[in-house]
Amino acid sequence: MTQKINTYRAGPDEQGHFGIFGGRFVAETLMPLILEVEKAWDAAQADSSFGQELEYYFKHYVGRPSPLYFAKRLTEHFGGAKIYFKRDELNHTGAHKINNCIGQILLARRMGKTRIIAETGAGQHGVATATVCALFDLPCTIYMGSKDIQRQAPNVFRMKLLGAEVKPVTSGSNSLKDAMNEAMRDWVANVEDTFYIIGTVAGPHPYPAMVRDFQSVIGRETREQMMEAEGRLPDSLVACIGGGSNAMGLFHEFLDEPDVKIIGVEAAGLGVDTDKHAASLTGGRPGVLHGNRTYLLQDDDGQIIEAHSISAGLDYPGIGPEHSWLYETGRVEYVSATDTEALEAFQLCSRTEGIIPALEPSHALAHVSKIAGDLPRDHILCMNMCGRGDKDIFTVAEALGVEI
Amino acid sequence: MSGPVDSGRFSRRFAALEAEGRGGLITFVTAGDPDYETSREIVLGLPEAGADVIELGMPFTDPMADGPSVQAASLRALATGMKLAKVLQMVRDFRATDDDTPIVLMGYYNPIYSYGVDKFLAEARESGVDGLIIVDLPPEEDEELCLPALKAGLNFIRLATPTTDDQRLPAVLANTSGFVYYVSVMGITGTKSATGDAVKTAVERLRRHTDLPIGVGFGIKTPDNAREVASVANAAVVGSAIVDRIVGGLDDDGRPKPGLTAGVLDYVRELAAGVRGGGGK
Repeated sequence: MTQKINTYRAGPDEQGHFGIFGGRFVAETLMPLILEVEKAWDAAQADSSFGQELEYYFKHYVGRPSPLYFAKRLTEHFGGAKIYFKRDELNHTGAHKINNCIGQILLARRMGKTRIIAETGAGQHGVATATVCALFDLPCTIYMGSKDIQRQAPNVFRMKLLGAEVKPVTSGSNSLKDAMNEAMRDWVANVEDTFYIIGTVAGPHPYPAMVRDFQSVIGRETREQMMEAEGRLPDSLVACIGGGSNAMGLFHEFLDEPDVKIIGVEAAGLGVDTDKHAASLTGGRPGVLHGNRTYLLQDDDGQIIEAHSISAGLDYPGIGPEHSWLYETGRVEYVSATDTEALEAFQLCSRTEGIIPALEPSHALAHVSKIAGDLPRDHILCMNMCGRGDKDIFTVAEALGVEI
Repeated sequence: MSGPVDSGRFSRRFAALEAEGRGGLITFVTAGDPDYETSREIVLGLPEAGADVIELGMPFTDPMADGPSVQAASLRALATGMKLAKVLQMVRDFRATDDDTPIVLMGYYNPIYSYGVDKFLAEARESGVDGLIIVDLPPEEDEELCLPALKAGLNFIRLATPTTDDQRLPAVLANTSGFVYYVSVMGITGTKSATGDAVKTAVERLRRHTDLPIGVGFGIKTPDNAREVASVANAAVVGSAIVDRIVGGLDDDGRPKPGLTAGVLDYVRELAAGVRGGGGK
């Protein structure tokens, strides 16, 4: 399946396509606005003051650069590859999501928009959006599936403390995809004053590229920090994937480094051979949803299937279009980890490194635990620790049968 | 701009409305709502009740531009086993009884993409479909389905909206055929309503750009609304309000009560009387 391609970093094309993936599959009401966002984003990229503003907030508000940490005890535990964590869980609000939210709200302000909406699954993107809305004093409405509101109660309260309105979504399967539908419906009705901060590398062009570019700070820092720590590039990168923004953020910088092996880890739920998983690449096929063509979990008639993962942040039946393209070109290897494997990794990391990871990167760590022991001791593996696990302790307690 | 083997039903129907000196009534229901048999009964009864054009929804799990009524209609249809192939079957059933009333299928792209574009277009044409409204295919994605549909002899009816400005309208109208569907409000189906004046201004703006008939929809709920819209446009589209009548005819378990079809068709008769009272456009 691997093709010879000069660069993996040129996409998307002007129509927002990565190969056959991506595009702008939205209702006409939204189309003029999508074009306006694209124009504003192009102008912002060409304006050095935008970049400076972004850097200012990254440094002084988010707390960047996030450390690159050598996980010595886990390395010893597995007895193989040298394991590094890119510690984006140490960002303000506890995950990588804030990188993108700062970027998009600065763009929204440039465009003169006065109201912000967003969807959220685990609540991390909702919290990050509510945070930047508080910072810039903009009203904020967050759509969240009623199922997720139950399992992510602490984040719901955080969003409310930050002044956001959290709207429960009870349509469809009551989870992330339905929250995204509702956010789109809100946007269609309020195009004039509202900016939609999409939380992942999906949606209509230019969102997949724009979110990737805001998140790419992760990969750029990793390269620099790894050169400092080891004097060379890592041998492999591992990141978890729901929509795939933390992964694109880490991967993009290294796509044209042929010696860097890149691995994305999807959520296998109860197993990819069951009907309860969220592994769009492993168990889906190309389709069109939420403004882009990408791999989707769907039935024979093109109806979207509900995803399942213990991690609300990975519980999405699609994946960013650039990942679909990287999958088909063979540049990135995509694997999966089950709920059970992620839970084991969650506990192992907590006890071994004193870091309670979010359930999302616990999937990445679950895969690391499968491969690290068989890799040579001079193999450098960097995993994106994209979120911290405070929000997940109730879910984990329930899964382990512990009453808090 | 119609394809080489266009059925001609739209042009004949809109010419007839013109001759009658009135605007038409376009009725929307989702195929298979609440189940295939009941839905078929309703659809087959629509022309007699006064529908001039039939818009038939192809159910989809994630109808992003639709309000709660049409969302729920999709889920009801899917829950009773509705499939895209059965939507086409319903059109065939209809054509066995009526060869004049235009049928336009409305929906989202993924089920068609999944079915296979060429296969779908050939079967849709053969079963008696006259046009398609695909919500999530703007002109920027014309190569996906719009151009192949025109080539296959199906009309592609585009939505124009209040956000489609004069600069963008030509692109939106370029490959549109059959009629233009003006979405009178910014928002999803079945929620807000536009004022009569706003609709009139919008229709006049569209007429400066196209000679195609103009249907206006979103938020038309009563025979009076329909009358008002049909008096300035070529047709008024009523959807969610009809779907709500279907819901009103369901029992607590979601099964159709006796008289559901009659109740829905009676309401369509009221709407039809509305557009007939509207006078010339």
